[in-house]
Amino acid sequence: MVSENKSWFYRGMQHGIPIALGYLAVSFTLGIAAKNAGFTPFAAMLASFTNNASAGEFAGFTLIASGASFFQVAVMELITNARYLLMSCALSQKLSPDTPLIHRFLISYDVTDEIFGISVLVPGKLNPWYVYGAMAVAIPGWSIGTFFGTMMGSLLPASVVRALSVGLYGMFLAIIIPPAKKSRILAGVVLLSMGLSYLFTKLPYVSSLSTGTRTIVLTVLIAGGAAVLFPREEPDDES
Amino acid sequence: MNLKIYLYILVMAGVTYLIRMLPLTFIRKEIKNKTIRSFLYYVPYVTLSVMTFPAILSETGSIWSAWAALLTGIALAWRGKSLLIVSASACLVVFLSELLLLRL
Repeated sequence: MVSENKSWFYRGMQHGIPIALGYLAVSFTLGIAAKNAGFTPFAAMLASFTNNASAGEFAGFTLIASGASFFQVAVMELITNARYLLMSCALSQKLSPDTPLIHRFLISYDVTDEIFGISVLVPGKLNPWYVYGAMAVAIPGWSIGTFFGTMMGSLLPASVVRALSVGLYGMFLAIIIPPAKKSRILAGVVLLSMGLSYLFTKLPYVSSLSTGTRTIVLTVLIAGGAAVLFPREEPDDES
Repeated sequence: MNLKIYLYILVMAGVTYLIRMLPLTFIRKEIKNKTIRSFLYYVPYVTLSVMTFPAILSETGSIWSAWAALLTGIALAWRGKSLLIVSASACLVVFLSELLLLRL
Protein backbone atom coordinates (compact mmCIF):
# COMPACT_ATOMS: atom_id res chain seq x y z
CA MET A 1 0.00 0.00 0.00
CA VAL A 2 2.81 2.39 0.93
CA SER A 3 4.69 1.73 -2.28
CA GLU A 4 1.44 2.13 -4.18
CA ASN A 5 0.97 5.56 -2.62
CA LYS A 6 4.53 6.40 -3.57
CA SER A 7 4.03 5.52 -7.20
CA TRP A 8 0.77 7.51 -7.30
CA PHE A 9 2.60 10.48 -5.78
CA TYR A 10 5.32 10.20 -8.40
CA ARG A 11 2.79 9.95 -11.20
CA GLY A 12 0.99 12.99 -9.81
CA MET A 13 4.24 14.95 -9.85
CA GLN A 14 4.87 13.95 -13.45
CA HIS A 15 1.42 15.06 -14.53
CA GLY A 16 1.80 18.18 -12.43
CA ILE A 17 4.86 19.43 -14.32
CA PRO A 18 3.04 20.82 -17.37
CA ILE A 19 0.49 22.29 -14.96
CA ALA A 20 3.24 23.94 -12.93
CA LEU A 21 4.84 25.35 -16.10
CA GLY A 22 1.53 26.78 -17.24
CA TYR A 23 0.93 28.15 -13.75
CA LEU A 24 4.32 29.89 -13.77
CA ALA A 25 3.28 31.84 -16.85
CA VAL A 26 -0.28 32.57 -15.79
CA SER A 27 0.58 33.51 -12.22
CA PHE A 28 3.37 35.72 -13.52
CA THR A 29 0.76 37.88 -15.24
CA LEU A 30 -1.43 37.57 -12.14
CA GLY A 31 1.47 38.98 -10.13
CA ILE A 32 1.53 42.07 -12.32
CA ALA A 33 -2.17 42.59 -11.56
CA ALA A 34 -1.43 42.16 -7.85
CA LYS A 35 1.29 44.78 -8.04
CA ASN A 36 -1.13 47.22 -9.64
CA ALA A 37 -3.52 46.56 -6.75
CA GLY A 38 -0.84 47.57 -4.26
CA PHE A 39 0.35 44.11 -3.18
CA THR A 40 3.93 43.49 -2.14
CA PRO A 41 5.55 40.42 -3.76
CA PHE A 42 5.21 38.56 -0.48
CA ALA A 43 1.52 39.39 -0.03
CA ALA A 44 0.81 38.43 -3.64
CA MET A 45 2.64 35.13 -3.18
CA LEU A 46 0.68 34.48 0.01
CA ALA A 47 -2.58 35.16 -1.81
CA SER A 48 -1.64 32.64 -4.49
CA PHE A 49 -0.40 30.09 -1.99
CA THR A 50 -3.65 30.23 -0.04
CA ASN A 51 -6.14 30.67 -2.89
CA ASN A 52 -4.88 28.70 -5.89
CA ALA A 53 -7.53 30.30 -8.06
CA SER A 54 -6.70 32.41 -11.11
CA ALA A 55 -10.01 34.10 -11.85
CA GLY A 56 -10.90 34.40 -8.16
CA GLU A 57 -7.59 36.02 -7.29
CA PHE A 58 -7.69 38.35 -10.24
CA ALA A 59 -11.20 39.49 -9.39
CA GLY A 60 -10.22 39.82 -5.73
CA PHE A 61 -7.16 41.96 -6.49
CA THR A 62 -9.21 44.26 -8.69
CA LEU A 63 -11.88 44.69 -6.01
CA ILE A 64 -9.36 45.28 -3.24
CA ALA A 65 -7.65 47.94 -5.34
CA SER A 66 -10.98 49.71 -5.70
CA GLY A 67 -11.46 49.75 -1.92
CA ALA A 68 -14.26 47.19 -1.72
CA SER A 69 -15.53 45.81 1.60
CA PHE A 70 -14.62 42.38 2.97
CA PHE A 71 -18.18 41.28 2.28
CA GLN A 72 -17.99 42.32 -1.37
CA VAL A 73 -14.73 40.43 -1.77
CA ALA A 74 -16.29 37.34 -0.17
CA VAL A 75 -19.27 37.43 -2.54
CA MET A 76 -16.99 37.92 -5.53
CA GLU A 77 -14.96 34.86 -4.52
CA LEU A 78 -18.17 32.88 -4.17
CA ILE A 79 -19.21 33.75 -7.73
CA THR A 80 -15.88 33.42 -9.50
CA ASN A 81 -15.06 30.16 -7.73
CA ALA A 82 -18.52 28.56 -7.81
CA ARG A 83 -17.35 26.14 -10.48
CA TYR A 84 -15.07 24.53 -7.90
CA LEU A 85 -18.22 23.53 -6.03
CA LEU A 86 -19.26 21.49 -9.05
CA MET A 87 -15.78 20.08 -9.45
CA SER A 88 -15.58 19.07 -5.80
CA CYS A 89 -18.96 17.32 -6.12
CA ALA A 90 -17.63 15.43 -9.12
CA LEU A 91 -14.38 14.67 -7.34
CA SER A 92 -16.23 13.33 -4.27
CA GLN A 93 -17.44 10.52 -6.53
CA LYS A 94 -13.89 9.62 -7.52
CA LEU A 95 -12.88 9.03 -3.91
CA SER A 96 -13.50 5.72 -2.26
CA PRO A 97 -16.34 6.27 0.29
CA ASP A 98 -14.06 5.33 3.19
CA THR A 99 -11.42 7.95 2.35
CA PRO A 100 -10.49 9.54 5.71
CA LEU A 101 -11.48 13.14 6.46
CA ILE A 102 -7.88 14.34 6.57
CA HIS A 103 -7.38 13.38 2.92
CA ARG A 104 -10.59 15.16 1.99
CA PHE A 105 -9.42 18.31 3.80
CA LEU A 106 -6.04 18.24 2.08
CA ILE A 107 -7.31 17.53 -1.44
CA SER A 108 -9.77 20.42 -1.00
CA TYR A 109 -6.86 22.82 -0.75
CA ASP A 110 -6.04 22.64 -4.44
CA VAL A 111 -9.14 21.75 -6.44
CA THR A 112 -8.23 23.87 -9.46
CA ASP A 113 -9.41 23.49 -13.04
CA GLU A 114 -6.21 21.70 -13.94
CA ILE A 115 -5.67 19.51 -10.89
CA PHE A 116 -9.33 18.55 -11.06
CA GLY A 117 -8.96 17.84 -14.77
CA ILE A 118 -6.20 15.29 -14.29
CA SER A 119 -7.62 13.85 -11.04
CA VAL A 120 -11.11 13.14 -12.33
CA LEU A 121 -9.77 11.28 -15.35
CA VAL A 122 -7.57 8.86 -13.43
CA PRO A 123 -8.81 5.34 -14.15
CA GLY A 124 -10.85 3.87 -11.28
CA LYS A 125 -10.86 5.43 -7.84
CA LEU A 126 -8.64 8.39 -7.01
CA ASN A 127 -5.66 7.82 -4.73
CA PRO A 128 -5.18 11.07 -2.72
CA TRP A 129 -1.41 10.74 -3.12
CA TYR A 130 -1.78 11.34 -6.85
CA VAL A 131 -3.32 14.73 -6.03
CA TYR A 132 -0.58 15.47 -3.49
CA GLY A 133 2.07 14.75 -6.10
CA ALA A 134 0.47 17.20 -8.51
CA MET A 135 0.03 19.76 -5.72
CA ALA A 136 3.69 19.42 -4.73
CA VAL A 137 4.80 20.91 -8.06
CA ALA A 138 1.73 22.97 -9.01
CA ILE A 139 1.42 25.03 -5.81
CA PRO A 140 5.06 26.20 -5.82
CA GLY A 141 4.75 27.02 -9.52
CA TRP A 142 1.66 29.10 -8.87
CA SER A 143 3.06 30.92 -5.82
CA ILE A 144 6.56 31.54 -7.16
CA GLY A 145 5.22 32.75 -10.50
CA THR A 146 3.03 35.28 -8.69
CA PHE A 147 5.98 36.42 -6.58
CA PHE A 148 8.18 37.07 -9.59
CA GLY A 149 5.36 38.63 -11.57
CA THR A 150 4.84 41.18 -8.80
CA MET A 151 8.54 41.77 -8.44
CA MET A 152 9.72 42.05 -12.02
CA GLY A 153 6.75 41.91 -14.34
CA SER A 154 8.49 43.54 -17.24
CA LEU A 155 11.76 41.62 -17.15
CA LEU A 156 10.96 38.60 -19.34
CA PRO A 157 10.61 39.29 -23.07
CA ALA A 158 6.92 39.69 -23.92
CA SER A 159 7.24 37.05 -26.66
CA VAL A 160 8.23 34.45 -24.07
CA VAL A 161 5.39 35.36 -21.71
CA ARG A 162 2.88 35.12 -24.57
CA ALA A 163 4.21 31.75 -25.68
CA LEU A 164 4.08 30.33 -22.14
CA SER A 165 0.53 31.55 -21.69
CA VAL A 166 -0.92 28.98 -24.12
CA GLY A 167 0.67 26.14 -22.15
CA LEU A 168 -2.41 25.80 -19.98
CA TYR A 169 -4.70 25.51 -22.97
CA GLY A 170 -2.46 22.88 -24.52
CA MET A 171 -2.88 20.95 -21.32
CA PHE A 172 -6.67 21.30 -21.41
CA LEU A 173 -6.65 19.93 -24.95
CA ALA A 174 -4.54 16.97 -23.94
CA ILE A 175 -7.20 16.21 -21.32
CA ILE A 176 -10.38 16.59 -23.36
CA ILE A 177 -9.41 15.47 -26.87
CA PRO A 178 -8.38 11.79 -26.39
CA PRO A 179 -11.69 10.73 -24.70
CA ALA A 180 -13.62 12.81 -27.25
CA LYS A 181 -11.90 10.83 -29.98
CA LYS A 182 -13.39 7.64 -28.56
CA SER A 183 -16.94 8.91 -27.96
CA ARG A 184 -19.07 10.77 -30.48
CA ILE A 185 -21.27 12.13 -27.70
CA LEU A 186 -18.26 13.53 -25.88
CA ALA A 187 -16.90 14.99 -29.13
CA GLY A 188 -20.27 16.67 -29.66
CA VAL A 189 -20.25 18.00 -26.10
CA VAL A 190 -16.75 19.46 -26.57
CA LEU A 191 -17.65 21.09 -29.89
CA LEU A 192 -20.93 22.47 -28.58
CA SER A 193 -19.17 23.83 -25.49
CA MET A 194 -16.56 25.66 -27.53
CA GLY A 195 -19.16 26.91 -30.01
CA LEU A 196 -21.53 28.26 -27.36
CA SER A 197 -18.61 29.70 -25.41
CA TYR A 198 -17.62 31.62 -28.54
CA LEU A 199 -21.20 32.79 -29.14
CA PHE A 200 -21.50 33.91 -25.52
CA THR A 201 -18.61 36.33 -26.03
CA LYS A 202 -20.34 37.84 -29.07
CA LEU A 203 -24.10 37.87 -28.48
CA PRO A 204 -25.83 40.84 -26.83
CA TYR A 205 -26.64 40.57 -23.09
CA VAL A 206 -24.65 37.38 -22.45
CA SER A 207 -21.39 38.90 -23.72
CA SER A 208 -21.33 41.13 -20.62
CA LEU A 209 -21.06 38.05 -18.35
CA SER A 210 -17.70 37.61 -16.68
CA THR A 211 -15.58 34.65 -17.74
CA GLY A 212 -16.31 32.89 -14.46
CA THR A 213 -20.07 33.31 -14.77
CA ARG A 214 -20.05 32.23 -18.39
CA THR A 215 -18.19 29.09 -17.40
CA ILE A 216 -20.74 28.29 -14.69
CA VAL A 217 -23.80 28.96 -16.85
CA LEU A 218 -22.54 26.93 -19.80
CA THR A 219 -21.31 24.09 -17.61
CA VAL A 220 -24.71 23.72 -15.95
CA LEU A 221 -26.60 24.06 -19.25
CA ILE A 222 -24.50 21.78 -21.45
CA ALA A 223 -23.51 19.13 -18.90
CA GLY A 224 -27.10 19.12 -17.65
CA GLY A 225 -28.51 18.78 -21.16
CA ALA A 226 -26.07 16.01 -22.01
CA ALA A 227 -26.90 14.17 -18.77
CA VAL A 228 -30.62 14.23 -19.58
CA LEU A 229 -30.28 13.39 -23.28
CA PHE A 230 -27.35 10.97 -23.06
CA PRO A 231 -27.23 9.47 -19.56
CA ARG A 232 -24.29 7.18 -19.14
CA GLU A 233 -25.07 3.52 -18.70
CA GLU A 234 -22.02 2.50 -16.72
CA PRO A 235 -20.28 4.28 -13.89
CA ASP A 236 -17.08 5.68 -15.31
CA ASP A 237 -14.78 3.15 -13.72
CA GLU A 238 -13.57 1.33 -16.76
CA SER A 239 -12.31 4.22 -18.89
CA MET B 1 -3.37 49.20 4.26
CA ASN B 2 -0.66 46.72 5.16
CA LEU B 3 -2.51 44.66 7.76
CA LYS B 4 -5.78 45.06 5.94
CA ILE B 5 -4.39 43.41 2.81
CA TYR B 6 -3.68 40.27 4.84
CA LEU B 7 -7.25 40.28 6.12
CA TYR B 8 -8.45 40.50 2.53
CA ILE B 9 -6.28 37.54 1.63
CA LEU B 10 -7.72 35.61 4.58
CA VAL B 11 -11.30 36.32 3.44
CA MET B 12 -10.51 35.26 -0.13
CA ALA B 13 -8.76 32.08 0.99
CA GLY B 14 -11.48 31.18 3.50
CA VAL B 15 -14.36 31.47 1.06
CA THR B 16 -12.45 29.67 -1.68
CA TYR B 17 -11.48 26.81 0.62
CA LEU B 18 -15.03 26.30 1.92
CA ILE B 19 -16.40 26.08 -1.63
CA ARG B 20 -13.97 23.26 -2.34
CA MET B 21 -14.03 21.52 1.01
CA LEU B 22 -17.76 21.24 1.78
CA PRO B 23 -18.76 18.95 -1.11
CA LEU B 24 -15.66 16.80 -0.67
CA THR B 25 -16.31 16.18 3.01
CA PHE B 26 -20.11 16.00 3.07
CA ILE B 27 -20.71 13.82 0.04
CA ARG B 28 -19.41 10.56 1.44
CA LYS B 29 -21.56 8.06 -0.38
CA GLU B 30 -21.61 7.25 -4.02
CA ILE B 31 -24.37 9.10 -5.79
CA LYS B 32 -26.66 6.48 -7.34
CA ASN B 33 -28.82 8.77 -9.43
CA LYS B 34 -27.91 8.19 -13.06
CA THR B 35 -28.66 11.72 -14.24
CA ILE B 36 -26.54 13.31 -11.52
CA ARG B 37 -23.72 10.87 -12.18
CA SER B 38 -23.87 11.64 -15.88
CA PHE B 39 -23.97 15.37 -15.18
CA LEU B 40 -20.85 15.18 -13.05
CA TYR B 41 -19.17 13.06 -15.71
CA TYR B 42 -19.76 15.71 -18.37
CA VAL B 43 -18.79 18.69 -16.17
CA PRO B 44 -15.00 18.67 -16.71
CA TYR B 45 -15.25 18.31 -20.49
CA VAL B 46 -17.64 21.25 -20.75
CA THR B 47 -15.72 23.42 -18.30
CA LEU B 48 -12.34 22.87 -19.93
CA SER B 49 -13.76 23.34 -23.44
CA VAL B 50 -15.50 26.57 -22.45
CA MET B 51 -12.35 27.88 -20.81
CA THR B 52 -10.14 26.99 -23.77
CA PHE B 53 -12.17 28.49 -26.57
CA PRO B 54 -12.26 31.32 -27.48
CA ALA B 55 -9.99 32.46 -24.61
CA ILE B 56 -6.87 31.00 -26.26
CA LEU B 57 -7.37 33.29 -29.29
CA SER B 58 -6.72 36.45 -27.30
CA GLU B 59 -3.88 35.01 -25.25
CA THR B 60 -1.06 35.61 -27.72
CA GLY B 61 0.26 38.46 -29.86
CA SER B 62 -1.70 37.47 -32.93
CA ILE B 63 -4.82 35.46 -33.62
CA TRP B 64 -2.85 33.39 -36.15
CA SER B 65 -0.25 32.18 -33.69
CA ALA B 66 -3.09 31.30 -31.32
CA TRP B 67 -4.90 29.31 -34.02
CA ALA B 68 -1.63 27.55 -34.85
CA ALA B 69 -1.22 26.60 -31.18
CA LEU B 70 -4.83 25.44 -30.93
CA LEU B 71 -4.66 23.24 -34.02
CA THR B 72 -1.26 21.85 -33.06
CA GLY B 73 -2.59 21.04 -29.61
CA ILE B 74 -5.67 19.30 -30.98
CA ALA B 75 -3.64 17.29 -33.52
CA LEU B 76 -1.09 16.10 -30.96
CA ALA B 77 -3.74 15.33 -28.33
CA TRP B 78 -5.68 13.40 -31.00
CA ARG B 79 -2.62 11.23 -31.46
CA GLY B 80 -2.52 10.62 -27.73
CA LYS B 81 0.64 12.57 -26.94
CA SER B 82 1.33 13.32 -23.27
CA LEU B 83 0.23 16.46 -21.42
CA LEU B 84 3.75 17.85 -21.40
CA ILE B 85 4.35 17.29 -25.14
CA VAL B 86 1.04 18.85 -26.15
CA SER B 87 1.52 21.77 -23.81
CA ALA B 88 5.15 22.47 -24.71
CA SER B 89 4.46 22.15 -28.44
CA ALA B 90 1.66 24.71 -28.21
CA CYS B 91 4.03 27.16 -26.51
CA LEU B 92 6.78 26.52 -29.04
CA VAL B 93 4.40 27.00 -31.97
CA VAL B 94 3.34 30.41 -30.62
CA PHE B 95 6.93 31.48 -30.09
CA LEU B 96 8.11 30.35 -33.54
CA SER B 97 5.07 31.52 -35.49
CA GLU B 98 5.31 34.97 -33.92
CA LEU B 99 8.96 35.17 -34.89
CA LEU B 100 7.94 34.22 -38.39
CA LEU B 101 5.06 36.72 -38.49
CA LEU B 102 7.46 39.48 -37.45
CA ARG B 103 9.72 38.70 -40.40
CA LEU B 104 6.92 38.76 -42.95
